[in-house]
Amino acid sequence: MNFIELGYLDLALAASLILLNAVLSLVLGLKLEKRLLIAAFRTVVQLTLMGLVLKTLFALTSLFWTLVAAVVMILFAGYEASARLKQTFAGFWAYGLGTGSMLAAGLIVTAFALTTQIKPDPWYDPRYALPLLGMILGNTMTGISLGLNSLLGNAVRERIAIEARLALGHDIRAALGGIVREAMRTGLIPIINAMAAAGVVSLPGMMTGQILAGVPPVEAVKYQILIMFLIAGGTALGLLCAVYGSAWRLTDSRQRLRLDRLSTVKDE
Amino acid sequence: MGDACLHVRGLKRLHLGPLDIDLAAGEIVCLRGESGAGKTVLMRAIADLDPNEGTLQLETQPRETIAPPLWRRRVCYLPADSGWWAETVGEHFPDNDQTAPLLKRLRLPHDVLGWPVRRLSTGEKQRLALARVLLLAPTVMLLDEPTSGLDSTATEAAETEIRKHAENGGAVLFVSHDDAQARRLTRRILTLTDGRLCESAP
Repeated sequence: MNFIELGYLDLALAASLILLNAVLSLVLGLKLEKRLLIAAFRTVVQLTLMGLVLKTLFALTSLFWTLVAAVVMILFAGYEASARLKQTFAGFWAYGLGTGSMLAAGLIVTAFALTTQIKPDPWYDPRYALPLLGMILGNTMTGISLGLNSLLGNAVRERIAIEARLALGHDIRAALGGIVREAMRTGLIPIINAMAAAGVVSLPGMMTGQILAGVPPVEAVKYQILIMFLIAGGTALGLLCAVYGSAWRLTDSRQRLRLDRLSTVKDE
Repeated sequence: MGDACLHVRGLKRLHLGPLDIDLAAGEIVCLRGESGAGKTVLMRAIADLDPNEGTLQLETQPRETIAPPLWRRRVCYLPADSGWWAETVGEHFPDNDQTAPLLKRLRLPHDVLGWPVRRLSTGEKQRLALARVLLLAPTVMLLDEPTSGLDSTATEAAETEIRKHAENGGAVLFVSHDDAQARRLTRRILTLTDGRLCESAP
């Protein structure tokens, strides 16, 4: 593998583009210069720290510390997914359902890929495990927040129709079936679209990165295909847990629709 | 009341109760009360659509021993706002030979089952929703303002069907703000004030 190493001068040259942006913002009166500079500064600091953390983790190659890093990533992803919801459950469930689903999906799919397809030595090698988990989590998070937004939003919007069915003696599964299916579809559409557009409309970032790092394109493509499938699997699994878990939480042992458990909907 | 088909004892929900209600087979009872008194809350609680406390019995069977969907088919609640979950009217109805004659008696257009739901007027929706409940032949019907948006002809048709249900041994509890309707249908009125019920004659 051969790749061109970047010097700090190279980065400084690229940073001149940020300065150009700032000047543009000043000239055009966009009032973005401050936010732009802070964002650029955060990129440098956050990524540098991440680089140091990864360097340490790679050097340690310890199952324990890799798992700690994985769990921290999952907790952040769970927080991010629940923060994106317009409507959510009250209390612990707001955070618990999304995070639990992400934990299940992220760990299962990453472990599956590491132990059967990529097979690094040791299997938990953080150089493979953490980037894989990150890519799976990022996409699963999007799927889950889209799916739950759809499910909980529709539960509120369609309350009269759902309760009409319950009042007529329909099973809760039938009454919630429509909005559950809709939520699953909504959550799965982005990865389906991404797979459909891959290579034609978009060159996926990971593949581009590998090519820049000197990996032959065909090898990079194989990795990308693997990643796409892992993401699709992770999204489906995480979405399934989150949507069905939420549907379960939307009802109770007497098959009622329990919108009172949502935080933004007050009890009548 | 020995032949009561629905017993409610100590029903509590939000500010309501504890309330006791008995409905006899064949009886039609009017439930009254100011807006916000909790008439809807009470009916929803009886149908077990909201968490509530109390002992409810259908004939001799306690509510807990009946699966919720079955309880709601037998103690069937008709909300004031009708709900629709499919595109066409027909998808909301069982495909049997009782449907068409009932819709005709309720003075609905003969081809209404083929209509998209969005074509229905408020009054048509209301009668169709009543028809859905009648077709289940529940033991108890809980009707929340079943005729509020209807003209006099349609109201009469709806009242006839409600009466027929009672004559066949069903019990009916209905909300109405119309004194004349209460006099036409019932000899027993329950009035809900400050979470308590009191009984009177029309």
